[in-house]
This record gives sequence, structure tokens and C-alpha cells, in this order.
Amino acid sequence: MGGSVTNAGQKTFAEKFRSRKVQRYLVIITFMFVPLLLLLVFTYIPFAKMVQFSFYDMKYIGTRTFVGLKNYVDVFKRSDIFGSLFVSVYYMGGAVVQLALALFFATMMVFKVKGESVFKAAMFFPYLVCGIAVGFIFKFFYARGYVLDTILQVFGMNPDNIPLWLQDQKINNFSLVATSVWRYTGQNMVLFLGAMMSVDTDLYEAASLDGANKWHQFRYIIMPSIKSIIVLNLVLSISGSLSAFEPPYVITNGNMGTGTYFVIMNRLAHENQRVGLACAMAIVLLVIIIICTVAQNLFFKYAFNDGTEDESKAAVRRKKREAKKGGA
Amino acid sequence: MKPKINAGSVIFSILKYLSLILASLIAVIPVIVCVFTAFKTNEEYETTSVLDLPASFLNFENFQIAIERANMLRCFLNTAIVLVVVLVVSVFTGSMLAYVLNRFKFPGRGIIESLFLFASLLPGIAMQVTIYQIMYSLNFINHLYGYMIVLMGTDIISIYIFLQFFENLSVSLDESAIMDGCTYFGVFFKILFPLLKPAIVTSLVLKGVSVYNEYYSSNLYLTKPELKTISTALYTFTGPYGNQYNYICAGVLITIIPILIFFLIFQKQVYSGMAAGAVKG
Repeated sequence: MGGSVTNAGQKTFAEKFRSRKVQRYLVIITFMFVPLLLLLVFTYIPFAKMVQFSFYDMKYIGTRTFVGLKNYVDVFKRSDIFGSLFVSVYYMGGAVVQLALALFFATMMVFKVKGESVFKAAMFFPYLVCGIAVGFIFKFFYARGYVLDTILQVFGMNPDNIPLWLQDQKINNFSLVATSVWRYTGQNMVLFLGAMMSVDTDLYEAASLDGANKWHQFRYIIMPSIKSIIVLNLVLSISGSLSAFEPPYVITNGNMGTGTYFVIMNRLAHENQRVGLACAMAIVLLVIIIICTVAQNLFFKYAFNDGTEDESKAAVRRKKREAKKGGA
Repeated sequence: MKPKINAGSVIFSILKYLSLILASLIAVIPVIVCVFTAFKTNEEYETTSVLDLPASFLNFENFQIAIERANMLRCFLNTAIVLVVVLVVSVFTGSMLAYVLNRFKFPGRGIIESLFLFASLLPGIAMQVTIYQIMYSLNFINHLYGYMIVLMGTDIISIYIFLQFFENLSVSLDESAIMDGCTYFGVFFKILFPLLKPAIVTSLVLKGVSVYNEYYSSNLYLTKPELKTISTALYTFTGPYGNQYNYICAGVLITIIPILIFFLIFQKQVYSGMAAGAVKG
């Protein structure tokens, strides 16, 4: 008798399992459980704590005192933090240089190049090198009497005129920014190249047969296809320059006026244990990132409201028509 | 149909190749100098110019010393374990979540999707200030599994890639399978998962590179020497070696070589992965 009861129970369970409605919820719950749990524990709980801690003067362990907005005032008043915002300006400048270089080299590669894959690989590879290794490579590169100094002497520069690349406060931030440019230019180039290639390649052929010169091809075919990715990268470079971390961390440890926002935040949080202040810095950074993202979305909405591809095609068609008229 | 050769296009070609050669040289010279230095004996290192070739490219002494002092073999093993577990779990959790969010309508779906989107805006290193406290209270510090879980939880790039991919995957596949009596689990694992291959490759490439090179969390959460990963092992060269760049360069090369080999084999997938990952904005 007992057996028949469990049998009936199993049947109904199996039936229930087969019913679509139960199955739906089962799938939704089982498939979402782990990602949602991770999201909660490693994103939203830390985020809530970050907001909370930013109003306290506290260490990781021990008592905490509520200080209101004092931490936020300190972010803008302390010379080390405010100074790091100026250091970020160097990295922003570097990001613009890097985008310009990437755009230039990507354009060069769209026009047929022999050995394209070798150039592309050589320029892209620095992106895959880990940040710590990049730090060591350039510590060696810039150190007094080592790589860069030797190369400059080979080109006939007097050793007395060579500055101290990492110690001289007038130039050390340029030296560090150059390492980021070295690391990311190739990657940006690959992104631009991908976007340029997504344009129908017949367009280039058609345009050059119709007598469009290289500048016209760039202006009317390449630019429209990548302007959105350029704007995206410019916006990302703002938050990216505030987040610059590894080059100054490994090469100069943020000394001699090279501390970026993250290097200072890392020092305050984990070495000085000024957790509340570090949290306030994080919230300020988040606000800047949100402003950038909103600005970017508004820009895309109002600046590029028509399909960019159509525009480039229309331009080529226009040129073709003109060329035909000229020929006739 | 030979294209006309004129002065303008010749000058353009010369400039094109010159600029590309110059840029490639700038990209590789800092690494090449490191290769030279890594093969030099102490005496050579002190007496020769950094641009001189080493006496022999078979002098592996510096590599041996670097591997022994920083315990790099153990660190490679740790990195390999972390890589495999994190990649496998992220592929499954990412694709399963994307399947549910893309194919089912249920209350709260929109909110959950925006929660994931907003999470991608939060600045990584800044978040670690409070994640550290959570890791501490969960007793996850100095455990390899704790580090793996934090890596699975903080990077949402694979979820993005799968969400995007599902949008271009026709619903009629699911519908016909369900008509044939397939369960939702069956639809996902038997029908859709095999079709996700391009998205899986993209997410493996992007996440693989970022996990292999990850330094910050590893440095925070794995402080015991026997738990270090390859990037934190490399960082230990900062203190004791000071200016012994022949050892440091050997250490740098040891960490770069695996990813260089990976890149040379999977170049195409790496480039397309980069392009796919960039669209997320």
C-alpha cells in the first residue's frame, strides 16, 4: 500500500515536471540563481556598503564614527587626491594621442598593405602583456643609463642633456602615459580596423574606380563608419584615465607627483586604512562615470540619429553620379 | 586594368610602410631588449651595452633563478587551476542567464537586466575597497576558491556577449524543439548551447586574457606565497632584485611566453573577440 502511494506521488511529480508552467519557473530559478547571488554579494552589497562607509571615519576593523559629508569635502580639499585629478589630465591627453595614432594606422591598413598581419600582430601584442610585466619592461626602459638613454646616445645625443625620465617632475608623467599609449594603441587600432572592415568592401573599390582619392575615401567612407566608435572611445578615455593604475603603481609607486586617482585610493584604503575616505573617492568616481555615460547616450541620440551606413553609401552614390556626369 | 602609377601614390605607399615599420619597431623594441638582457650573465650584464646581443641565447641561468626564487612553477599551476575553473563556470552561468533573460518574459526581468547593466559601470578597483570586507567576513581570503569566486562575480563581460548573441538567434529553433516535446532544459543544453560556439570562443578569449593578467585581486586576496598567481609572483621581483634586470627580464619573459604562444595560435579569434567585446557600449 505504501508503495502505491509513493508511485502516485512520483507520477504527479513527473506530470508536474512536464507541465510547461512549472518547468518555466524551474528553469528561470535554477539558471538565474548563481549569477544573481554573485551579483548581490560582489556588486550590490559592496556598493551599498560603499555608500554607507563614505559617511564614516573608519578602518576595516574597529570602531567607526559618523562624520557626515567630511570625506567628500576631503576628496576635493586634500592635495594628494586633488593632485591626482590633475595627473589624470595627462592620461586623458595620452588617450587622445593614442586614438589619433590608432585611427591613422588603421586607415593605413585599410588600403592594401603587404605583410599586414605582421604589422598588426606586432602593434597589438603589447595589449596582451600583463600590466605588471609592462611596468617592469618600462622601469628598465627608462632607468638612468639603460635602454632609452642608450638608444638616444646611439643617435648622437649628449648624455648630459638626457633628463631623468622617471624622477624629473616636469616629464615623468609623460613617460608613464607613454607606456599606456604603447600598450593600448594597437588594441584601439584593431577595433577601428574591425569597424572599417564592416563597411561593404566594394565601396572602396567602387570609390577608387570612380576616381575618389585617398582623402575622399577616408572622409566619406571610413569616417562615417567609425565615428560612433571614436566617440565611444573618447568617452571611455575619461573614466579610463581616472582608472589608470598599473604603470605608476609598478614603475614609480605613485611617488614624485605621479599618483593617479586609483593609486592614491589604493594607498588610502589598503595601506593607511582610511576606508571611509577611499569609499567617498569611489563614489565621486562613479558619479563622474555616470555623467559620462549619460552624456554619451545623449550624444548618440541627437548627433547620430540616422543610420551612418546609409550616409556613407549615399555619399558614394552621389560621387558616382557626379563622375558619370563628368564622363558623359 | 593595371592601376595607374603616379607620384602621389608612390609617396603615399612609402609613407604608409615607413610609418608602419616605425610603429612596429616601437612596439617590439622594449620587449626585444628584455630578451637580450634575460640571456646575459651577471658579468655581461654589467659590462655590455643593453643593446648588445648576449654571448649566447642558450644561457638559461637567469630563467632558472627567476623560476626558483619566485616559485613560478607553483604559481603557473595556481593560475592554470583558476583559469580553467573560472572560464568553465563563467561560460555556463553567463549563457544560462542570457538564455533566461532573452527567452522568457517574467515579472522583474527588466529590473534584473538593468541591475547587470548598471553593475558594469561600477569602477573595478574602487569596488575592492568594500569587497575586501565581504571576502574577510566570508573567510575567503587566502583560499584559491575565494579568489575564483570573486573573479566569477565581478566581471560581467561574458554575460553581455551571450545576451547579444541570443538576440540574433532565432526563436523558431526553440519553438520547434518544444513542439517535439523537448523540455526547456533540453532546449538549452541540446539545441542552443552547441550553437553558442562563436560567443563561447569570444568570452573565453576576453575573460581568459583578463584572468591570466589579473593582478589587483590576486594581490589582495592571495597573500600566502604558495597561493600566488603568475602576475603576483612577477611583482615579487620589485624588492630584492633592485637593479638586477637580467633576472627581472627573465621573469617578465616567462610570464609573457604562454600568452604569446596563445596569441600566435588563436590570432583570428583574439581579434574578432576584441571587436565583439567592444560593441557593448
